[in-house]
Amino acid sequence: MPVQNFEELFQQKIDNEIKIEPKDWMPDAYRKTNIRQISQHAHSEIVGMLPEGNWISRAPSLKRKAILIAKVQDEAGHGLYLYSAAETLGMSRDEMINDLHSGKAKYSSIFNYPSLTWADMGAIGWLVDGAAILNQVMLCRTSYGPYARAMVRICKEESFHQRQGFETLLVLSRGTEEQKAMCQDAINRWWWPSLMMFGPRDSESTNSDQSMKWKIKRKTNDELRQNFIDMIAEQIKVLGMTLPDPALKWNEERKHYDFGEIDWNEFWNVVKGNGPCNKQRINARRKAHEDGQWVREAAMAYAEKKQSKTKAA
Amino acid sequence: MKSNLIDYTLHLADTALILSQRNSEWCGHGPILEQDIAITNISLDLLGQARNFYQYAATLTGGEATEDSLAYLRTEREFKNLLLVEQENGDWGQTILRQYLFSQFQYLMFEKLQQCSDEQLAAIASKSIKETAYHLRWSSEWVCRLGDGTKESHERMLLAIEELWRYTGEMFESAVYETIINVASLKEDWMQRVSAVFSEATLPVPENVFMQTGGKKGIHTELLGFMLTELQYVQRTYPGAEW
Repeated sequence: MPVQNFEELFQQKIDNEIKIEPKDWMPDAYRKTNIRQISQHAHSEIVGMLPEGNWISRAPSLKRKAILIAKVQDEAGHGLYLYSAAETLGMSRDEMINDLHSGKAKYSSIFNYPSLTWADMGAIGWLVDGAAILNQVMLCRTSYGPYARAMVRICKEESFHQRQGFETLLVLSRGTEEQKAMCQDAINRWWWPSLMMFGPRDSESTNSDQSMKWKIKRKTNDELRQNFIDMIAEQIKVLGMTLPDPALKWNEERKHYDFGEIDWNEFWNVVKGNGPCNKQRINARRKAHEDGQWVREAAMAYAEKKQSKTKAA
Repeated sequence: MKSNLIDYTLHLADTALILSQRNSEWCGHGPILEQDIAITNISLDLLGQARNFYQYAATLTGGEATEDSLAYLRTEREFKNLLLVEQENGDWGQTILRQYLFSQFQYLMFEKLQQCSDEQLAAIASKSIKETAYHLRWSSEWVCRLGDGTKESHERMLLAIEELWRYTGEMFESAVYETIINVASLKEDWMQRVSAVFSEATLPVPENVFMQTGGKKGIHTELLGFMLTELQYVQRTYPGAEW
Protein backbone atom coordinates (compact mmCIF):
# COMPACT_ATOMS: atom_id res chain seq x y z
CA MET A 1 0.00 0.00 0.00
CA PRO A 2 1.41 3.39 -0.83
CA VAL A 3 2.23 5.68 2.09
CA GLN A 4 -0.53 8.01 1.01
CA ASN A 5 -3.13 5.35 1.79
CA PHE A 6 -1.61 4.59 5.18
CA GLU A 7 -1.91 8.24 6.00
CA GLU A 8 -5.49 8.39 4.86
CA LEU A 9 -6.39 5.33 6.93
CA PHE A 10 -4.61 6.80 9.90
CA GLN A 11 -6.52 10.07 9.61
CA GLN A 12 -9.79 8.17 9.18
CA LYS A 13 -9.17 6.34 12.45
CA ILE A 14 -8.51 9.63 14.19
CA ASP A 15 -11.62 11.20 12.68
CA ASN A 16 -13.65 8.20 13.84
CA GLU A 17 -12.27 8.49 17.37
CA ILE A 18 -10.41 5.17 17.19
CA LYS A 19 -7.32 5.26 19.41
CA ILE A 20 -3.91 4.80 17.85
CA GLU A 21 -2.03 1.94 19.50
CA PRO A 22 1.75 1.32 19.70
CA LYS A 23 1.91 -1.22 16.86
CA ASP A 24 -0.31 0.73 14.48
CA TRP A 25 1.18 2.54 11.52
CA MET A 26 1.59 6.25 12.25
CA PRO A 27 3.25 9.16 10.48
CA ASP A 28 6.75 9.90 11.72
CA ALA A 29 5.73 13.37 12.77
CA TYR A 30 2.86 11.98 14.86
CA ARG A 31 5.27 9.64 16.61
CA LYS A 32 7.79 12.42 17.19
CA THR A 33 5.20 14.88 18.44
CA ASN A 34 3.86 12.33 20.89
CA ILE A 35 7.33 11.36 22.12
CA ARG A 36 8.17 15.03 22.58
CA GLN A 37 4.95 15.81 24.37
CA ILE A 38 4.72 12.71 26.59
CA SER A 39 8.38 12.79 27.60
CA GLN A 40 8.10 16.51 28.29
CA HIS A 41 5.09 15.73 30.44
CA ALA A 42 7.02 12.98 32.28
CA HIS A 43 9.97 15.31 32.86
CA SER A 44 7.58 17.94 34.24
CA GLU A 45 6.31 15.48 36.81
CA ILE A 46 9.84 14.60 37.88
CA VAL A 47 11.23 18.14 37.96
CA GLY A 48 7.96 19.21 39.57
CA MET A 49 8.85 17.06 42.59
CA LEU A 50 11.65 19.50 43.45
CA PRO A 51 9.86 22.75 44.40
CA GLU A 52 7.42 20.81 46.60
CA GLY A 53 9.92 18.27 47.89
CA ASN A 54 11.76 21.35 49.10
CA TRP A 55 9.08 21.83 51.80
CA ILE A 56 8.69 18.26 53.07
CA SER A 57 11.28 18.72 55.82
CA ARG A 58 9.64 21.98 56.94
CA ALA A 59 5.94 21.13 56.65
CA PRO A 60 4.16 22.85 59.56
CA SER A 61 2.29 19.84 60.96
CA LEU A 62 2.61 16.07 60.81
CA LYS A 63 -0.63 15.82 58.85
CA ARG A 64 0.56 18.37 56.27
CA LYS A 65 3.88 16.56 56.03
CA ALA A 66 2.13 13.26 55.32
CA ILE A 67 -0.10 14.85 52.67
CA LEU A 68 2.85 16.54 51.00
CA ILE A 69 5.02 13.41 50.94
CA ALA A 70 2.14 11.43 49.44
CA LYS A 71 1.57 14.11 46.84
CA VAL A 72 5.18 14.32 45.72
CA GLN A 73 5.30 10.55 45.60
CA ASP A 74 2.21 10.56 43.36
CA GLU A 75 4.10 12.81 40.98
CA ALA A 76 6.96 10.32 40.79
CA GLY A 77 4.33 7.69 39.98
CA HIS A 78 2.92 9.87 37.20
CA GLY A 79 6.39 10.30 35.80
CA LEU A 80 6.73 6.53 35.76
CA TYR A 81 3.48 5.89 33.83
CA LEU A 82 4.33 8.64 31.38
CA TYR A 83 7.85 7.39 30.69
CA SER A 84 6.31 3.97 30.08
CA ALA A 85 3.73 5.46 27.71
CA ALA A 86 6.48 7.27 25.79
CA GLU A 87 8.57 4.09 25.63
CA THR A 88 5.80 2.42 23.63
CA LEU A 89 6.73 4.82 20.85
CA GLY A 90 10.26 3.47 20.68
CA MET A 91 12.37 5.75 22.85
CA SER A 92 13.97 4.36 26.04
CA ARG A 93 13.68 6.04 29.42
CA ASP A 94 17.46 6.47 29.50
CA GLU A 95 17.42 8.37 26.23
CA MET A 96 14.63 10.59 27.45
CA ILE A 97 16.44 11.31 30.70
CA ASN A 98 19.64 12.12 28.81
CA ASP A 99 17.71 14.58 26.69
CA LEU A 100 16.36 16.24 29.82
CA HIS A 101 19.83 16.56 31.30
CA SER A 102 21.38 17.88 28.10
CA GLY A 103 18.66 20.52 27.78
CA LYS A 104 17.37 19.04 24.52
CA ALA A 105 14.06 18.09 26.11
CA LYS A 106 11.97 20.64 27.96
CA TYR A 107 9.74 20.46 31.01
CA SER A 108 7.05 22.80 32.21
CA SER A 109 8.60 26.21 32.91
CA ILE A 110 6.45 26.69 35.98
CA PHE A 111 8.88 24.57 37.99
CA ASN A 112 11.62 27.09 37.36
CA TYR A 113 10.02 29.37 39.90
CA PRO A 114 11.07 29.04 43.56
CA SER A 115 8.80 27.79 46.33
CA LEU A 116 9.51 30.27 49.09
CA THR A 117 6.93 29.87 51.83
CA TRP A 118 4.56 27.20 53.11
CA ALA A 119 1.72 28.98 51.31
CA ASP A 120 3.43 28.09 48.04
CA MET A 121 2.47 24.46 48.67
CA GLY A 122 -1.15 25.56 48.61
CA ALA A 123 -0.73 27.86 45.62
CA ILE A 124 1.08 25.21 43.60
CA GLY A 125 -1.63 22.66 44.33
CA TRP A 126 -4.47 25.02 43.56
CA LEU A 127 -3.08 27.01 40.63
CA VAL A 128 -0.38 24.86 39.07
CA ASP A 129 -2.17 21.52 39.44
CA GLY A 130 -5.39 23.32 38.56
CA ALA A 131 -3.92 24.54 35.28
CA ALA A 132 -2.38 21.15 34.61
CA ILE A 133 -5.71 19.41 35.14
CA LEU A 134 -7.47 21.39 32.42
CA ASN A 135 -4.83 20.25 30.01
CA GLN A 136 -4.89 16.70 31.32
CA VAL A 137 -8.67 16.30 31.25
CA MET A 138 -8.45 17.13 27.58
CA LEU A 139 -5.62 14.62 27.17
CA CYS A 140 -7.76 11.79 28.57
CA ARG A 141 -9.29 11.88 25.07
CA THR A 142 -6.05 12.30 23.15
CA SER A 143 -5.70 10.06 20.10
CA TYR A 144 -2.70 8.00 21.26
CA GLY A 145 -4.09 5.15 23.39
CA PRO A 146 -1.34 4.62 26.01
CA TYR A 147 -1.12 8.36 26.68
CA ALA A 148 -4.90 8.73 27.02
CA ARG A 149 -5.11 5.80 29.43
CA ALA A 150 -2.21 7.10 31.56
CA MET A 151 -3.99 10.44 31.75
CA VAL A 152 -7.22 8.96 33.09
CA ARG A 153 -5.41 7.62 36.10
CA ILE A 154 -3.31 10.73 36.57
CA CYS A 155 -6.34 13.03 36.42
CA LYS A 156 -7.98 11.35 39.38
CA GLU A 157 -4.94 11.98 41.56
CA GLU A 158 -4.38 15.49 40.26
CA SER A 159 -7.85 16.67 41.06
CA PHE A 160 -7.31 15.42 44.58
CA HIS A 161 -4.08 17.43 44.74
CA GLN A 162 -5.85 20.53 43.57
CA ARG A 163 -8.45 20.25 46.31
CA GLN A 164 -5.72 19.71 48.89
CA GLY A 165 -3.93 22.82 47.63
CA PHE A 166 -7.09 24.87 47.86
CA GLU A 167 -7.78 23.57 51.35
CA THR A 168 -4.23 24.47 52.45
CA LEU A 169 -4.87 28.04 51.31
CA LEU A 170 -8.33 28.10 52.85
CA VAL A 171 -6.86 27.36 56.27
CA LEU A 172 -4.29 30.14 55.79
CA SER A 173 -6.97 32.57 54.58
CA ARG A 174 -8.85 32.04 57.85
CA GLY A 175 -5.72 32.18 59.99
CA THR A 176 -3.60 34.94 61.53
CA GLU A 177 -2.74 38.19 59.71
CA GLU A 178 0.68 36.74 58.91
CA GLN A 179 -0.88 33.63 57.39
CA LYS A 180 -3.28 35.71 55.30
CA ALA A 181 -0.40 37.80 54.01
CA MET A 182 1.56 34.64 53.22
CA CYS A 183 -1.42 33.28 51.32
CA GLN A 184 -1.92 36.45 49.25
CA ASP A 185 1.80 36.69 48.50
CA ALA A 186 1.92 33.13 47.19
CA ILE A 187 -1.10 33.74 44.95
CA ASN A 188 0.51 36.92 43.64
CA ARG A 189 3.70 35.10 42.72
CA TRP A 190 2.14 31.98 41.16
CA TRP A 191 -0.75 33.56 39.25
CA TRP A 192 1.00 34.81 36.14
CA PRO A 193 3.36 31.85 35.76
CA SER A 194 0.29 29.58 36.00
CA LEU A 195 -1.32 31.40 33.07
CA MET A 196 1.88 30.90 31.10
CA MET A 197 1.58 27.13 31.59
CA PHE A 198 -0.91 26.98 28.72
CA GLY A 199 1.83 28.05 26.34
CA PRO A 200 2.04 30.88 23.82
CA ARG A 201 -1.03 32.50 22.33
CA ASP A 202 -2.64 30.47 19.56
CA SER A 203 -1.35 32.92 16.98
CA GLU A 204 2.23 32.24 18.14
CA SER A 205 2.00 28.52 18.76
CA THR A 206 3.90 26.47 16.19
CA ASN A 207 2.60 23.00 17.02
CA SER A 208 -1.08 23.70 17.41
CA ASP A 209 -2.75 23.15 14.03
CA GLN A 210 -1.34 19.73 13.25
CA SER A 211 -1.86 18.57 16.85
CA MET A 212 -5.51 19.57 16.65
CA LYS A 213 -5.95 17.72 13.38
CA TRP A 214 -4.40 14.58 14.87
CA LYS A 215 -6.44 15.08 18.04
CA ILE A 216 -3.33 15.04 20.17
CA LYS A 217 -4.81 18.28 21.47
CA ARG A 218 -8.48 19.05 21.43
CA LYS A 219 -8.51 22.58 22.75
CA THR A 220 -6.19 25.44 21.91
CA ASN A 221 -3.87 27.13 24.40
CA ASP A 222 -6.05 30.21 24.54
CA GLU A 223 -9.26 28.25 25.10
CA LEU A 224 -7.74 26.31 27.99
CA ARG A 225 -6.26 29.46 29.49
CA GLN A 226 -9.64 31.18 29.38
CA ASN A 227 -11.31 28.16 31.04
CA PHE A 228 -8.73 28.30 33.79
CA ILE A 229 -9.13 32.02 34.42
CA ASP A 230 -12.92 31.67 34.55
CA MET A 231 -12.62 28.87 37.09
CA ILE A 232 -10.05 30.53 39.37
CA ALA A 233 -11.68 33.97 39.27
CA GLU A 234 -14.69 32.37 40.96
CA GLN A 235 -12.78 30.18 43.42
CA ILE A 236 -10.66 33.06 44.70
CA LYS A 237 -13.81 34.66 46.12
CA VAL A 238 -14.13 31.76 48.57
CA LEU A 239 -10.61 32.48 49.81
CA GLY A 240 -11.33 36.18 50.20
CA MET A 241 -8.06 36.89 48.40
CA THR A 242 -7.42 38.74 45.12
CA LEU A 243 -5.72 37.89 41.86
CA PRO A 244 -2.92 40.29 40.94
CA ASP A 245 -4.52 41.56 37.72
CA PRO A 246 -6.34 44.90 37.78
CA ALA A 247 -7.77 44.19 34.33
CA LEU A 248 -9.54 41.01 35.50
CA LYS A 249 -13.26 41.61 34.98
CA TRP A 250 -16.33 39.59 34.02
CA ASN A 251 -17.39 40.31 30.45
CA GLU A 252 -21.13 39.77 30.19
CA GLU A 253 -21.08 39.76 26.40
CA ARG A 254 -18.35 37.12 26.05
CA LYS A 255 -19.53 35.24 29.15
CA HIS A 256 -15.89 35.04 30.15
CA TYR A 257 -13.47 36.99 32.32
CA ASP A 258 -11.32 39.55 30.54
CA PHE A 259 -7.75 39.66 31.77
CA GLY A 260 -4.56 41.67 31.45
CA GLU A 261 -1.58 41.10 29.20
CA ILE A 262 0.77 38.27 30.08
CA ASP A 263 4.45 39.22 30.22
CA TRP A 264 5.57 37.13 27.24
CA ASN A 265 9.04 38.45 27.59
CA GLU A 266 9.29 36.73 30.96
CA PHE A 267 7.72 33.58 29.49
CA TRP A 268 10.31 33.26 26.72
CA ASN A 269 13.14 34.09 29.07
CA VAL A 270 12.22 31.24 31.40
CA VAL A 271 11.79 28.88 28.43
CA LYS A 272 15.26 29.84 27.25
CA GLY A 273 16.76 28.94 30.61
CA ASN A 274 16.81 32.28 32.41
CA GLY A 275 14.14 31.59 35.03
CA PRO A 276 15.04 31.92 38.70
CA CYS A 277 15.61 28.17 39.17
CA ASN A 278 16.30 26.63 35.74
CA LYS A 279 19.89 25.97 36.65
CA GLN A 280 19.18 24.56 40.11
CA ARG A 281 16.44 22.23 38.85
CA ILE A 282 18.55 20.66 36.11
CA ASN A 283 21.59 20.48 38.36
CA ALA A 284 19.54 18.64 41.00
CA ARG A 285 18.31 16.11 38.43
CA ARG A 286 21.78 15.60 36.97
CA LYS A 287 23.28 15.16 40.42
CA ALA A 288 20.68 12.56 41.41
CA HIS A 289 21.41 10.68 38.20
CA GLU A 290 25.19 10.85 38.51
CA ASP A 291 25.17 9.96 42.23
CA GLY A 292 22.95 7.00 41.38
CA GLN A 293 25.24 5.63 38.68
CA TRP A 294 27.09 3.23 40.98
CA VAL A 295 23.81 2.04 42.47
CA ARG A 296 22.37 1.18 39.06
CA GLU A 297 25.61 -0.56 38.08
CA ALA A 298 25.60 -2.61 41.28
CA ALA A 299 21.97 -3.62 40.81
CA MET A 300 22.74 -4.69 37.24
CA ALA A 301 25.86 -6.65 38.24
CA TYR A 302 23.99 -8.39 41.04
CA ALA A 303 21.12 -9.35 38.76
CA GLU A 304 23.59 -10.83 36.28
CA LYS A 305 25.34 -12.82 39.00
CA LYS A 306 22.02 -14.15 40.21
CA GLN A 307 21.04 -15.12 36.70
CA SER A 308 24.24 -17.01 35.99
CA LYS A 309 23.97 -18.79 39.35
CA THR A 310 20.44 -19.91 38.47
CA LYS A 311 21.65 -21.16 35.09
CA ALA A 312 24.54 -23.04 36.66
CA ALA A 313 22.26 -24.68 39.21
CA MET B 1 4.62 4.21 85.87
CA LYS B 2 2.62 6.49 83.64
CA SER B 3 5.59 8.71 83.01
CA ASN B 4 7.58 5.66 81.91
CA LEU B 5 4.86 4.77 79.45
CA ILE B 6 4.77 8.31 78.06
CA ASP B 7 8.54 8.43 77.70
CA TYR B 8 8.64 5.04 76.05
CA THR B 9 5.87 5.97 73.62
CA LEU B 10 7.72 9.20 72.81
CA HIS B 11 10.90 7.22 72.21
CA LEU B 12 9.06 5.05 69.68
CA ALA B 13 7.46 8.12 68.08
CA ASP B 14 10.67 10.15 67.89
CA THR B 15 12.61 7.28 66.35
CA ALA B 16 9.99 6.77 63.63
CA LEU B 17 9.70 10.51 62.94
CA ILE B 18 13.42 11.17 62.69
CA LEU B 19 14.02 8.26 60.34
CA SER B 20 11.05 9.38 58.26
CA GLN B 21 12.51 12.88 58.10
CA ARG B 22 15.89 11.55 56.97
CA ASN B 23 14.43 9.22 54.34
CA SER B 24 12.23 11.97 52.95
CA GLU B 25 15.35 13.94 52.06
CA TRP B 26 15.71 11.47 49.17
CA CYS B 27 12.36 12.41 47.68
CA GLY B 28 13.08 13.69 44.17
CA HIS B 29 16.77 12.75 44.41
CA GLY B 30 16.76 8.93 44.35
CA PRO B 31 19.12 6.89 42.15
CA ILE B 32 16.28 5.28 40.16
CA LEU B 33 12.72 6.54 39.89
CA GLU B 34 11.24 3.30 41.26
CA GLN B 35 13.55 3.48 44.28
CA ASP B 36 12.79 7.15 44.82
CA ILE B 37 9.19 6.06 45.18
CA ALA B 38 10.13 3.16 47.49
CA ILE B 39 12.20 5.20 49.95
CA THR B 40 9.56 7.93 50.00
CA ASN B 41 6.96 5.30 50.69
CA ILE B 42 8.97 4.04 53.65
CA SER B 43 9.27 7.61 54.87
CA LEU B 44 5.50 7.94 54.70
CA ASP B 45 4.94 4.65 56.57
CA LEU B 46 7.30 5.74 59.34
CA LEU B 47 5.58 9.09 59.58
CA GLY B 48 2.27 7.27 59.98
CA GLN B 49 3.75 5.16 62.78
CA ALA B 50 5.17 8.25 64.44
CA ARG B 51 1.77 9.95 64.33
CA ASN B 52 0.07 6.97 65.95
CA PHE B 53 2.62 6.95 68.76
CA TYR B 54 2.50 10.73 69.25
CA GLN B 55 -1.29 10.72 69.35
CA TYR B 56 -1.21 8.07 72.03
CA ALA B 57 1.47 9.95 73.95
CA ALA B 58 -0.66 13.11 73.71
CA THR B 59 -3.65 11.28 75.17
CA LEU B 60 -1.50 9.93 78.00
CA THR B 61 0.01 13.35 78.62
CA GLY B 62 -3.37 15.05 78.67
CA GLY B 63 -3.86 18.80 78.89
CA GLU B 64 -3.19 20.58 75.62
CA ALA B 65 -0.69 18.09 74.24
CA THR B 66 -1.22 17.11 70.59
CA GLU B 67 0.79 15.09 68.11
CA ASP B 68 2.12 18.39 66.78
CA SER B 69 3.03 19.94 70.11
CA LEU B 70 5.03 16.80 70.91
CA ALA B 71 6.80 16.67 67.56
CA TYR B 72 7.30 20.39 67.01
CA LEU B 73 7.77 21.97 70.40
CA ARG B 74 10.16 19.63 72.22
CA THR B 75 13.89 20.32 72.18
CA GLU B 76 16.86 18.17 71.18
CA ARG B 77 17.43 17.24 74.83
CA GLU B 78 13.86 15.98 75.07
CA PHE B 79 13.91 13.88 71.89
CA LYS B 80 14.47 10.21 72.67
CA ASN B 81 15.13 8.70 69.25
CA LEU B 82 17.91 6.21 68.60
CA LEU B 83 21.18 7.75 67.46
CA LEU B 84 21.20 5.43 64.46
CA VAL B 85 18.21 7.08 62.79
CA GLU B 86 19.49 10.65 63.03
CA GLN B 87 22.69 9.79 61.15
CA GLU B 88 23.04 11.50 57.78
CA ASN B 89 21.81 9.84 54.60
CA GLY B 90 25.30 9.69 53.12
CA ASP B 91 25.19 7.74 49.87
CA TRP B 92 22.46 5.28 48.92
CA GLY B 93 24.43 2.48 50.58
CA GLN B 94 24.51 4.22 53.92
CA THR B 95 20.80 5.00 53.75
CA ILE B 96 20.04 1.39 52.87
CA LEU B 97 22.18 0.01 55.65
CA ARG B 98 20.66 2.38 58.23
CA GLN B 99 17.20 1.27 57.14
CA TYR B 100 18.10 -2.40 57.20
CA LEU B 101 19.76 -2.37 60.65
CA PHE B 102 16.80 -0.49 62.05
CA SER B 103 14.04 -2.45 60.28
CA GLN B 104 15.56 -5.73 61.40
CA PHE B 105 15.39 -4.44 64.97
CA GLN B 106 11.99 -2.81 64.60
CA TYR B 107 10.49 -6.01 63.24
CA LEU B 108 11.62 -8.08 66.23
CA MET B 109 10.60 -5.32 68.62
CA PHE B 110 7.10 -5.03 67.11
CA GLU B 111 6.69 -8.81 67.33
CA LYS B 112 7.06 -8.45 71.08
CA LEU B 113 5.20 -5.18 71.39
CA GLN B 114 2.09 -6.50 69.68
CA GLN B 115 1.77 -8.96 72.54
CA CYS B 116 2.42 -6.46 75.31
CA SER B 117 -0.07 -5.61 78.02
CA ASP B 118 -0.68 -2.07 76.84
CA GLU B 119 -3.52 -2.44 74.36
CA GLN B 120 -2.86 0.73 72.45
CA LEU B 121 0.84 0.06 71.89
CA ALA B 122 0.03 -3.53 70.95
CA ALA B 123 -2.49 -2.32 68.39
CA ILE B 124 -0.08 0.18 66.82
CA ALA B 125 2.63 -2.49 66.69
CA SER B 126 0.43 -5.05 65.02
CA LYS B 127 -0.68 -2.51 62.42
CA SER B 128 2.87 -1.27 61.82
CA ILE B 129 4.63 -4.61 61.63
CA LYS B 130 3.12 -5.28 58.22
CA GLU B 131 4.83 -2.16 56.91
CA THR B 132 8.04 -3.03 58.69
CA ALA B 133 8.03 -6.47 57.08
CA TYR B 134 8.12 -4.73 53.71
CA HIS B 135 10.85 -2.28 54.79
CA LEU B 136 12.88 -5.22 56.00
CA ARG B 137 12.49 -7.20 52.79
CA TRP B 138 13.23 -4.19 50.61
CA SER B 139 16.29 -3.03 52.58
CA SER B 140 17.77 -6.51 53.00
CA GLU B 141 17.48 -7.11 49.26
CA TRP B 142 19.34 -3.88 48.67
CA VAL B 143 22.04 -4.76 51.20
CA CYS B 144 22.65 -7.93 49.16
CA ARG B 145 22.57 -6.11 45.85
CA LEU B 146 25.09 -3.51 46.98
CA GLY B 147 27.26 -5.83 49.06
CA ASP B 148 27.53 -8.39 46.28
CA GLY B 149 27.17 -6.00 43.33
CA THR B 150 30.33 -4.32 42.04
CA LYS B 151 33.68 -3.70 43.67
CA GLU B 152 32.71 -0.08 44.20
CA SER B 153 29.36 -0.90 45.79
CA HIS B 154 31.00 -3.46 48.07
CA GLU B 155 33.55 -0.90 49.24
CA ARG B 156 30.85 1.67 49.83
CA MET B 157 28.96 -0.83 51.99
CA LEU B 158 32.10 -1.48 54.04
CA LEU B 159 32.32 2.25 54.69
CA ALA B 160 28.65 2.36 55.60
CA ILE B 161 29.15 -0.45 58.12
CA GLU B 162 32.10 1.39 59.60
CA GLU B 163 30.00 4.51 59.89
CA LEU B 164 26.82 2.98 61.34
CA TRP B 165 27.63 -0.19 63.25
CA ARG B 166 28.64 1.72 66.36
CA TYR B 167 25.09 3.03 66.71
CA THR B 168 23.46 -0.41 66.79
CA GLY B 169 24.31 -1.32 70.41
CA GLU B 170 21.95 1.30 71.76
CA MET B 171 18.93 -0.54 70.38
CA PHE B 172 19.45 -3.34 72.89
CA GLU B 173 20.23 -1.21 75.93
CA SER B 174 17.15 -0.62 78.05
CA ALA B 175 16.39 2.94 79.03
CA VAL B 176 14.91 3.46 82.50
CA TYR B 177 11.47 3.98 80.99
CA GLU B 178 11.76 0.95 78.71
CA THR B 179 9.94 -1.51 80.92
CA ILE B 180 7.32 -2.86 78.54
CA ILE B 181 9.61 -5.11 76.56
CA ASN B 182 13.08 -6.39 77.23
CA VAL B 183 15.09 -5.13 74.27
CA ALA B 184 18.27 -6.88 75.42
CA SER B 185 16.54 -10.19 74.76
CA LEU B 186 16.21 -9.31 71.07
CA LYS B 187 19.91 -8.93 70.50
CA GLU B 188 20.82 -12.51 69.75
CA ASP B 189 18.05 -13.01 67.26
CA TRP B 190 18.89 -9.70 65.60
CA MET B 191 22.55 -10.62 65.34
CA GLN B 192 21.76 -13.98 63.78
CA ARG B 193 19.51 -12.48 61.16
CA VAL B 194 21.90 -9.66 60.34
CA SER B 195 24.75 -12.17 60.04
CA ALA B 196 22.71 -14.23 57.58
CA VAL B 197 21.95 -11.21 55.39
CA PHE B 198 25.53 -9.93 55.58
CA SER B 199 26.80 -13.36 54.63
CA GLU B 200 24.50 -13.39 51.59
CA ALA B 201 25.76 -9.89 50.81
CA THR B 202 29.42 -11.01 51.21
CA LEU B 203 29.86 -8.41 53.96
CA PRO B 204 31.73 -8.96 57.25
CA VAL B 205 29.98 -8.59 60.60
CA PRO B 206 32.18 -6.26 62.67
CA GLU B 207 33.43 -7.44 66.01
CA ASN B 208 34.43 -5.61 69.19
CA VAL B 209 33.13 -2.24 68.10
CA PHE B 210 32.70 0.39 70.79
CA MET B 211 29.04 1.35 70.92
CA GLN B 212 27.81 4.95 71.08
CA THR B 213 24.71 5.46 73.16
CA GLY B 214 22.69 8.30 74.63
CA GLY B 215 19.83 8.95 72.22
CA LYS B 216 17.23 7.29 74.39
CA LYS B 217 18.22 9.62 77.23
CA GLY B 218 18.24 12.73 75.07
CA ILE B 219 22.00 12.93 74.57
CA HIS B 220 22.30 13.02 70.79
CA THR B 221 24.90 13.49 68.12
CA GLU B 222 25.30 17.06 66.90
CA LEU B 223 23.14 16.27 63.90
CA LEU B 224 19.77 16.21 65.65
CA GLY B 225 19.68 19.91 66.52
CA PHE B 226 19.96 20.83 62.85
CA MET B 227 17.23 18.39 61.91
CA LEU B 228 14.85 19.79 64.52
CA THR B 229 15.65 23.34 63.48
CA GLU B 230 14.37 22.55 60.02
CA LEU B 231 11.50 20.34 61.11
CA GLN B 232 10.15 22.80 63.67
CA TYR B 233 10.87 26.07 61.89
CA VAL B 234 7.35 27.03 60.76
CA GLN B 235 5.64 26.04 64.02
CA ARG B 236 8.14 27.99 66.07
CA THR B 237 8.10 31.05 63.80
CA TYR B 238 4.33 31.43 64.02
CA PRO B 239 3.43 30.27 67.53
CA GLY B 240 -0.13 29.10 68.01
CA ALA B 241 -1.16 29.23 64.35
CA GLU B 242 -3.30 26.50 62.79
CA TRP B 243 -2.06 24.86 59.60
